[in-house]
Amino acid sequence: MDFDLSEEQRLLKESVDGLLADSYDFESRKKYAKEAGGYSKAQWSKFAEQGLLGLPFSEEDGGFGSGAVETMIVMEAMGRALVLEPYLATVILGGGFLRHGGSKDQKAAHLPGIIDGSKTLAFAQLEKNSRYDLADVSTTAKKKGAGWVIDGEKFVVLHGDTADTLVVTARTKGGQRDKTGIGAFLVPSNAKGVTVKGYPTQDSLRAADITFTNVEVGAEAAIGDPENALPLIERVVDDARIALCAEAVGAMEESLKTTMQYIKERKQFGVAIGTFQVLQHRGADMFVALEQARSMSYLATMAGGIDNAKERALSVAAAKVQIGRSARYVGQQAIQLHGGVGMTMEFKIGHYFKRLTMIESLFGDADFHLRRVADAGGFING
Amino acid sequence: MDLSFTKEELAFRDEVRTFFKDNVPPETRRRLQEGRHTGKQELVEWTRILNKKGWAVAHWPKEYGGTGWTPVQQYIFLEELQSAPAPSPLAFGVSMVGPVIYTFGNEAQKKKYLPRIANLDDWWCQGFSEPGSGSDLASLKTTAKKKDGKYIINGQKTWTTLAQHADMIFCLCRTDPEAKKQSGISFIVFDMKSKGVTVRPIQTIDGGVEVNEVFFDDVEVPVENLIGEENKGWDYAKFLLGNERTNIARVGMSKERIRRIKQLASTVMAGDQPIIKDARFLEKLTATEIELKALELTQMRVVANESKNGKGKPDPASSILKIKGSDIQQTITELLLEVTGPFAMPYETGEEGRNEPDNWASPIAPGYFNYRKVSIYGGSNEIQRNIIAKAVLGL
Repeated sequence: MDFDLSEEQRLLKESVDGLLADSYDFESRKKYAKEAGGYSKAQWSKFAEQGLLGLPFSEEDGGFGSGAVETMIVMEAMGRALVLEPYLATVILGGGFLRHGGSKDQKAAHLPGIIDGSKTLAFAQLEKNSRYDLADVSTTAKKKGAGWVIDGEKFVVLHGDTADTLVVTARTKGGQRDKTGIGAFLVPSNAKGVTVKGYPTQDSLRAADITFTNVEVGAEAAIGDPENALPLIERVVDDARIALCAEAVGAMEESLKTTMQYIKERKQFGVAIGTFQVLQHRGADMFVALEQARSMSYLATMAGGIDNAKERALSVAAAKVQIGRSARYVGQQAIQLHGGVGMTMEFKIGHYFKRLTMIESLFGDADFHLRRVADAGGFING
Repeated sequence: MDLSFTKEELAFRDEVRTFFKDNVPPETRRRLQEGRHTGKQELVEWTRILNKKGWAVAHWPKEYGGTGWTPVQQYIFLEELQSAPAPSPLAFGVSMVGPVIYTFGNEAQKKKYLPRIANLDDWWCQGFSEPGSGSDLASLKTTAKKKDGKYIINGQKTWTTLAQHADMIFCLCRTDPEAKKQSGISFIVFDMKSKGVTVRPIQTIDGGVEVNEVFFDDVEVPVENLIGEENKGWDYAKFLLGNERTNIARVGMSKERIRRIKQLASTVMAGDQPIIKDARFLEKLTATEIELKALELTQMRVVANESKNGKGKPDPASSILKIKGSDIQQTITELLLEVTGPFAMPYETGEEGRNEPDNWASPIAPGYFNYRKVSIYGGSNEIQRNIIAKAVLGL
């Protein structure tokens, strides 16, 4: 039992924190959000230079072969700085499909571009009625010769409007909610029949609704088994949930820090409002919510290494429940304790609140994951 | 970072688990599972079984009868003990006064009291709270005046847990009436059978008698019963309360209680299905399990921190353990109450001659009422929030 970072992990944390401290204050973030694509290409290049984009990939694939703890360190830091760049979409999701299920050729075709920062990916999964069920897939991939023809609509594809390549889930067989008969396909975003409608999200990031009309791809587009990709999809989405837990912990940590700083400085009735016990206790409860979330983020991070899908899913789902509840509490109270200025776009606390709120519903909200934990019988049995 | 136990720690866990499985008297185990109180004789017998094994005061230094286990081993031991379930050793002796005596007492006091605590030859109680001094403990008024080589003690203590069984009391008394609040308090121990000690039981809302008022009327106590230095009692009290917080999360006990809920909820029927199949109930239970998992991890973080930095200073994060630990324990009693439903209503007075084992429902409502105490004692949850605000948030 050991909660310490190794020497290398500590150095990684210092370098990421240092990079973001130098170049990612709140004012810079506003500028980055206004750039084409909604993020800073220069920052993305810096992430590549520091090796962050190659972190989880094996050394033979040109990466660093780092583990779950390293990803947690990076995501927490990005949560603290409210990073806009498509790290989750490209490295964790798109890159995750290649890392866990890609063939040698697929890796060779895509990973070098991810690692050097020249290419980004996005994960096109959500459909109009699928909500959080990863097996609910109506988009179809029909065999044509050796290749596939993809038809369907995907929604709120994170960073889908800037991605070079999309990983698309599509049904190759069976009914809308069957667990088998689902494939994951690499589709160039400029392929014929792909229509991308991009827009900003509530938290100043970007997403897109994407329509696929008779989109033809080759046999090499399928990642893993085109008739049984659900275990791979679950694996990669669990990685994304774990990463989001860490990002939320970073965002909550900064929210609490900023809020406590504010109530120490803000004066009313001739004293700092932080001297009022009712606000002190609110701060204490925010701290409890944050630390409970951090504990569960650790649990989820460690579960990332578990190959047994059921065991992994239990820890990840439980963590997502805790993060969802803590994020809502910390986010709402951070606004409340700031009072009126917390309501303004120009103050940074509201942006943390918005990011935390969006994280709550990404890949399953607290209610969804609570049911999963319940269905699995919980932690305590026998 | 690694959240799993080492191979050695796992082997240790198995050893401890097996010992509890083989040695907790079955009747004691059953009563605990049903949520009944452990009686005096029951606890004495169990403590002696533990003491024979050398585990009654496991966390004490080796020279005073402890085990020399690492903080992780201590944690595993407590977790397994609560989870078995087995009665916890009497905290007033082993967790409170014992450590004060071996840390601040003289050689004669160590020799006299420590072995008797380990064997529960002396049942200790705690004389801290007074009618006018709860959270504001330092305002206490009980006095100890020195006269002819004796302390003459006058005053009143309250909420004195299990004082009706007690042989000895450790007491905070004001020895210097001129000194300001925290100074002028001394830590004095004495025999409960001394002349002038009166114990009046207080019946609590669960119907039980767990706490008492204790009155001191010119009680004569030999001066050698002072622990440490005169007027330094507040320091010892703070030390004692810091120790108290380390086991306050009670994760192992809550796990055992959740097993009990699952067992009952799988057999108690609502119409054609057991309660556990009720989606609303199951969600509440699952949410509690998740909170408990988070608390377990938080506790492990505190333990790991202690392994690294030594015990010395209590981690302010341990206030989380008190707040969430008591929250969860209370929620669990609520869930048990909900499972039991209307069958929780009959009040067992012990007069009807009911067959206790058949009457599984009777301790449920009292358990719920009784557990409102856990967010009040040991530094109320509001006091814990004050600690976090001050020590962690710098407010």
